[in-house]
Amino acid sequence: MSLSTKHLLGIKDLTQDDISLILQTAQQFKEVLQRPIKKVPTLRDVTIVNLFYENSTRTRISFELAEKRLSADTINFSSSGSSVSKGETLLDTVNNILSMKVDMVVMRHSASGAPHFLAKHIPAAIINAGDGINEHPTQALLDAFSIKEKTGSLDGRKIAIIGDIMHSRVAQSNIYLLRKMGAEVMVCGPPTLIPKYIAEALDVQVNYDLKQTLEWCDVANVLRIQLERQNQVLFSSLREYNLVYGIKRHMLDEVKKDIVIMHPGPMNRGVEIDSDVADSRQSIILQQVENGVAVRMAVLYLLAGRGSENN
Amino acid sequence: MAITIKRLAHQILENHIDLYNTVLIGIQPRGVYLSDQLVSEIKKEVKKDAIQYGKLDITFYRDDVHKEIRVPNQTNILFSIEGRNVVLIDDVLYTGRTIRAALDALMDLGRPEKVELCVLIDRRFSRQFPIQPDYVGKSIDSIVSQKVKVFWKEKDGKDEVVILE
Repeated sequence: MSLSTKHLLGIKDLTQDDISLILQTAQQFKEVLQRPIKKVPTLRDVTIVNLFYENSTRTRISFELAEKRLSADTINFSSSGSSVSKGETLLDTVNNILSMKVDMVVMRHSASGAPHFLAKHIPAAIINAGDGINEHPTQALLDAFSIKEKTGSLDGRKIAIIGDIMHSRVAQSNIYLLRKMGAEVMVCGPPTLIPKYIAEALDVQVNYDLKQTLEWCDVANVLRIQLERQNQVLFSSLREYNLVYGIKRHMLDEVKKDIVIMHPGPMNRGVEIDSDVADSRQSIILQQVENGVAVRMAVLYLLAGRGSENN
Repeated sequence: MAITIKRLAHQILENHIDLYNTVLIGIQPRGVYLSDQLVSEIKKEVKKDAIQYGKLDITFYRDDVHKEIRVPNQTNILFSIEGRNVVLIDDVLYTGRTIRAALDALMDLGRPEKVELCVLIDRRFSRQFPIQPDYVGKSIDSIVSQKVKVFWKEKDGKDEVVILE
């Protein structure tokens, strides 16, 4: 059994079997990460370049750790301080790196579709670590892994995604994945931050009322307000956003059940989530980060053999 | 086959009185059927809590990752192997590559005092590494083009060893 795809460009291209295989493999890597020696020799002969054309803390460290735990050789590239500022194109940069015998590319880029473009032109396996406002597949996979770990399964689970759905690649990847795995999804946020036809296009429910959404869901995935992508004013102020859509302790207390709180990070404390919620017992935000390494190891492992098939 | 497994269990006990400082580890996926049965035989002879039994998956330690990606199984070893005697258990010993990988995997979990190997079937004369078993159910002479497969009741509905051409 193996993945149906050579690259991980988005959850959109994955089958249900692919997703199950990745999550199941991640479970075994999680066990490896709990050992005293958290390293396996599996990808000894694989070289991976991490191309980051956009800032990142978690994803970048998580990928790098995952690569190191698998014994792969890694090269890190960030667009600042490189020849990108001298005008080199994406394809030229990547081809130059690949000519030094690199097997896999992990890429984050601010342009949606950048990894898809690369996949058409280069032989190496590509893993999308976030492209513009399109997809962030490994985040969705680690979110799914964390939900499964915490609540037992995805099938029939009610997941709310709250916040800036419009600009969020995390939301899009999560919706694709959760719907494929049989979970119900509700998106919640200000009408200006929710795409107009999302209910029909992605088969989700839309609710503009936070309280109703929290009453409905088992898991609330709270998204960051992406200040860097707000080039027009879509809500009046951060303070107002917090008052209407920020997750607060008293709201969770009013709901009868224990909702699982998630956040892909980085958090804007006091905007979309209050500190006492983020640090509460219900929150699995740090477990998400921990699981991220295991999930990325699984993706790297399952794709590592695929690149060599055409050589 | 049941009698052979009983014999293997007694041979292990003969060398490891009361399993003092000894742990049993089955290799995933198919060695585990043998180790499960061995452990239930051994349970008849020693105190239950004296038995420390785990399962080891060697997928991440294989030397043919580039040829084929395999789906990993669970490693479940809830005790330390540091300074212990380990009896590795697998169904068929053939090239020795699985055991090579298992030894590497074990070393990542600690430094055992001693490692022994128990197999149901030893395919003699086909080794690619200097690895020999300490406990053998049955030795078989077979050629490379043949495949030796052990069927287990729990998994395949029957206990049987077959040579496939």
